[in-house]
Amino acid sequence: MTSVPMTQSSASERTSSEGPFLEVEDLTVTFPTEDGPVTAVSGLTYSVERGKTLGIVGESGSGKSVSSMAVMGLHDAKSAKISGSIRVGGTEVVGLGESRMRALRGNSMAMIFQDALAALHPFYKIGKQLEEAYLVHHSSASKRDARRKAIEMLDRVGIPQPDRRVDDYPHQFSGGMRQRAMIAMGLINDPSLLIADEPTTALDVTVQAQILDLLQDLQREFNSAVIIITHDLGVIAEMADDVLVMYAGRCVEYGTAKQILVAPEMPYTWGLLSSVPDVTASTDARLIPIPGNPPSLLRPPSGCSFHPRCLHSDKVRGDLCRTELPALLPASTGTAHLKRCHLADPVGVYQNEVLPEIAPDLVEETR
Amino acid sequence: MTQDPNAEAQIEPTEVGANAAESGERQLDSDVSDAYGSHERGVDGLDFSSLADLGHTASELDPDAPAVLTVDNLKMYFPVKSSGLVRRTIGHVQAVDGISFEVPQGGSIGLVGESGCGKSTTGRLITRLYKPTGGSMMFEGHDLAKLSNREMKPLRRDVQMIFQDPYTSLNPRHTVGTIVGAPLEVHNIVPKNKVLPRVQELLEVVGLNPEHYNRYPNEFSGGQRQRIGIARALTLNPKMLVADEPVSALDVSIQAQVVNLLQDIQREFDVAFLFIAHDLAIVRHFCPEIAVMYLGKIVEIGDRETIYGRPHHPYTQALLSAVPDVKQAAIGGRRERIRLEGDVPSPINPPSGCRFRTRCQFAQEICAKVEPPLLQIGKRHKVACHFAGELGAHPATPVTTELLGVDDQGSTVPGATPTNTQLTIPGYEKTWYDLGTKQTTGV
Amino acid sequence: MFAYVVKRLISGVLVVTLVSMAIFLLFWYGPSSPAQPICDRETSNRCGNKIELYEKTLGYDNPVYEEYGKYVKGVFVGRTLTIASNDYECSAPCLGVSYRTKQPVKEELVKRIPATFSVAIGGAFLYLLFGVPIGVAAARRRGSITDKALVSSFLFISSIPYYLFALLTWLYLTITFEIPLFSETGYFSPIKDGPWAWFSGLFLAWVALGIFGCTQYTRFTRGAMVEALSEDYIRTAKSKGLPTRTIVYKHGLRAALVPVVTIFGIDFGTLLAGTIFTERIFEIQGIGWWSLQAVQGRDLPVVQATALFSAVVLIISNLLVDIVYSVLDPRVRLS
Ligand SMILES: Nc1ncnc2c1ncn2[C@@H]1O[C@H](COP(=O)(O)OP(=O)(O)OP(=O)(O)O)[C@@H](O)[C@H]1O
Ligand SMILES: Nc1ncnc2c1ncn2[C@@H]1O[C@H](COP(=O)(O)OP(=O)(O)O)[C@@H](O)[C@H]1O
Ligand code: SF4
Ligand code: SF4
Ligand SMILES: [Mg+2]
Ligand SMILES: [Mg+2]
Repeated sequence: MTSVPMTQSSASERTSSEGPFLEVEDLTVTFPTEDGPVTAVSGLTYSVERGKTLGIVGESGSGKSVSSMAVMGLHDAKSAKISGSIRVGGTEVVGLGESRMRALRGNSMAMIFQDALAALHPFYKIGKQLEEAYLVHHSSASKRDARRKAIEMLDRVGIPQPDRRVDDYPHQFSGGMRQRAMIAMGLINDPSLLIADEPTTALDVTVQAQILDLLQDLQREFNSAVIIITHDLGVIAEMADDVLVMYAGRCVEYGTAKQILVAPEMPYTWGLLSSVPDVTASTDARLIPIPGNPPSLLRPPSGCSFHPRCLHSDKVRGDLCRTELPALLPASTGTAHLKRCHLADPVGVYQNEVLPEIAPDLVEETR
Repeated sequence: MTQDPNAEAQIEPTEVGANAAESGERQLDSDVSDAYGSHERGVDGLDFSSLADLGHTASELDPDAPAVLTVDNLKMYFPVKSSGLVRRTIGHVQAVDGISFEVPQGGSIGLVGESGCGKSTTGRLITRLYKPTGGSMMFEGHDLAKLSNREMKPLRRDVQMIFQDPYTSLNPRHTVGTIVGAPLEVHNIVPKNKVLPRVQELLEVVGLNPEHYNRYPNEFSGGQRQRIGIARALTLNPKMLVADEPVSALDVSIQAQVVNLLQDIQREFDVAFLFIAHDLAIVRHFCPEIAVMYLGKIVEIGDRETIYGRPHHPYTQALLSAVPDVKQAAIGGRRERIRLEGDVPSPINPPSGCRFRTRCQFAQEICAKVEPPLLQIGKRHKVACHFAGELGAHPATPVTTELLGVDDQGSTVPGATPTNTQLTIPGYEKTWYDLGTKQTTGV
Repeated sequence: MFAYVVKRLISGVLVVTLVSMAIFLLFWYGPSSPAQPICDRETSNRCGNKIELYEKTLGYDNPVYEEYGKYVKGVFVGRTLTIASNDYECSAPCLGVSYRTKQPVKEELVKRIPATFSVAIGGAFLYLLFGVPIGVAAARRRGSITDKALVSSFLFISSIPYYLFALLTWLYLTITFEIPLFSETGYFSPIKDGPWAWFSGLFLAWVALGIFGCTQYTRFTRGAMVEALSEDYIRTAKSKGLPTRTIVYKHGLRAALVPVVTIFGIDFGTLLAGTIFTERIFEIQGIGWWSLQAVQGRDLPVVQATALFSAVVLIISNLLVDIVYSVLDPRVRLS
């Protein structure tokens, strides 16, 4: 397999060694709709370094895609109000002019989308779509260079006979190949930041494994910062260094993958863990769903937005859960682990109440 | 027209959730569904431990249950037509090619495999949405495969289907009451004035407010719609339900609600399930017995502990190793896995011999020549592989040669007497072929 | 693809045959004899019992299949027709002789095609020229005041019946304002009468067709474009860093054109088959007006010929639409 020569160093390279490549601070995205403003993301703060992977989890509608599209500057300025700060390789992109934004998009940051069949243009050949992505950021390159580059990238992501398949249309590819082509397109300009929005949700486990392998190999090779959005905690466990759990547009827990999945301190995270069965778990483990449905963002619940569905709010004194939004505070496992919950002793509750039900076999080990 | 259609579509689900919440959906008081419903008050007075007690552990196997459905050598070939002036049949999609299994009464069998391997086709054959090309499906003394559509009608009550997509499987112009009650009227089993009480009873069973019978599907969230689909399937007290990916379209937290509801229903009404899903973890939780399909064939079938703990087929092993594991977080990095290269071959021209051989790391000459039989190798375990063995312990020589009367390369040995008496029985025999001793053994 | 075209042409021939049979039968078993109008005319409305003579010479006393057979034979090898006591030589492909003018139908048809085609091509050119770009512009500004005003006013115009709209255009531009340029409408041969006569004679008809069609095509294009611009692949194009122009035209319009081209193909075929109102109001001697006159005068051979003509034009344009569609959308395979 050929490796991809770096024909042009991206603008970000200079600033790469100092601090995280992507820094999001207090990001809020609001859509004015006919029924009133919908705050899809509020007060989101996170950062990703080069070579690291951030996983974002949450139910659908929790703001995962909206926040990432804000990073890419994909929201229509007329229909979305964005506040806060997003720094990509040191450049502030909130409020950045369209032409400067365009120079970053697809170049030093790229995004791959969930439904590759819908996300690729049905009327243009795969090769043409890849070449277009390359040419727009390499104005001096010729059509021939672009085609060579496209074939090279298809080869790199493991498409067999890339010089022939480059002239296929998206519908002629299988689901897994289309997702590979999307990845090839995202990586064609060697971006320092790659956002993968549910890259494997519609795929079979075997194909998912291939795609995740590929993403990891490429990340190692290009040393890029990766954000992977998913609702599959297994994918998070295997891919992510850091994890951000979102609920109703807010970050409710943030920490390393180990902190979040082994010692979670927020009832929503517990709910996510307890509502999905596990292929290797004990068969005595219970499947405990989160009751109810995700809230409406038009009229979000007061206080902690999870309180209508929370099974532990009775352990919080008074009416706090209903009246006061908990702050995002350090958890007991370390300052890098943040959680948004009023519970006084989350570790105790998790160890004594939750774990015995959802992972009886783990209780002995951790005690 | 003036609004971005995308935006509208996106807001809708959360909106629906909110509406249901506001209208204070009333839930059953004693039923589990209470806590899993969708309103704010439902959680009041419920603490974690009481909800946990209502959540279910994995379903268990009843080894003595008699079979309610016996599928034997079932086949479905879809003709492929040529393009051109005269459309001739130029081949067949062998969507399901000779599968056999039994569904125990009140039990459930899971069907897993990659996209296109024939899972849904199997489900549609059993509910007779398709007429099979060959084979038999014995259900209560009738062979569903041979019945005409008219003869099938009284039996349709007993075998019902739950569909994958709760958004498209319900007619948007009919009220929930009409949808759930329709089967009663079609089959003419209760007097007109008894339809509504029955509908309300069913809505209550699936955890919906019985007063909502005159609402339309679009007033419900995805999880609630799936409940409506389940209520409809339950209307006629079926003996068997075919659930084709019943939770794949739902949000993670809602999936568990629906899985628990299905488990309740199974326990309460003693319904048998054919449970189709590509999520191996959900199947493991729901089904004590699992069949793994590849390209229209069952390659391995057995009880949960065997399939997930000691799979013997290279494909099952690869499939299981591909599932990402939450527990990996404690260790970091990715699990060792068997990489499967390439795509599933076309079911129009499946590979000769073993259909998995094009992607199998253990494939040898015999695999291309002779199709491995689905051989019973344990009390409740059958596998179709010449080199069947636990992961890392696949035998060096084919285990099937003596039974098939061939040599290690798959060529027929003159004068050999193949013993394939065991090969076609849908259920399990009392004795089986032991891989270690190469002898038939039993309990 | 070739097999597909052949198949479509065969079914087209079948349709044409059925259409011709249907019209033949309708006249044959209609409320009055097809010979009635010609008899009335020849005898200055004192037909009376002379009708039988006319029926006999026209062959209406024979069985219907025999006469239809003669008609079909005439199309392929020509025939001699007798009306009253006169014989008319009609060479293949013979479409008969007009009962009104006694002229061979075929020659008349060929003479009128340029007029109808001129109207259709000019009108369609105008409405595409304005409709598509306005539609694209409206889609890009969807939701804005301009967009809303445009959409509602265009909706208003296209809700007016077309004949009324064309009549008003004609009234205002020629009678009320007495604009000399437009006073003489009609079809003039660009070769014989010169291009200017051709242009000014048809101009009003083009404007009427153009404005009316433009309101419709603006709405089609706008709809298709709004849909295309909300597709996932537009988001992908944007995330690649492409300039807005490329996103809108290369990715959006390319996809939006497919439904527009499909509707246009069928529309344009209908126009080519004859625009009855336009030709009647602007006094253009085209096929549409001719067929109207023929129906009024119960002139069977002409009705038959115009109906066959429109069937053939529609079949061909539908086939072309399908072929163009498969070229535009690579996912479509003709079979
Ligand atoms: N009506 C049909 N005509 C022709 N081929 C068909 C038809 N229905 C299914 N097939 C083919 O049969 C095979 C099995 O399809 P099936 O729908 O059973 O797959 P599946 O296992 O349910 O896959 P998935 O996980 O994607 O739902 C596929 O190759 C499919 O293309
Ligand atoms: N253009 C828009 N206008 C109004 N609301 C929107 C728009 N885009 C997204 N939303 C809303 O923002 C919320 C978050 O959406 P999203 O980020 O797509 O969720 P997910 O976490 O599933 O990716 C949803 O409630 C969605 O309805
Ligand atoms: S703050 Fe209260 S309601 Fe929110 S998660 Fe914590 S315990 Fe539950
Ligand atoms: S029979 Fe051969 S090819 Fe098939 S699974 Fe077994 S080893 Fe692999
Ligand atoms: Mg999303
Ligand atoms: Mg299926």
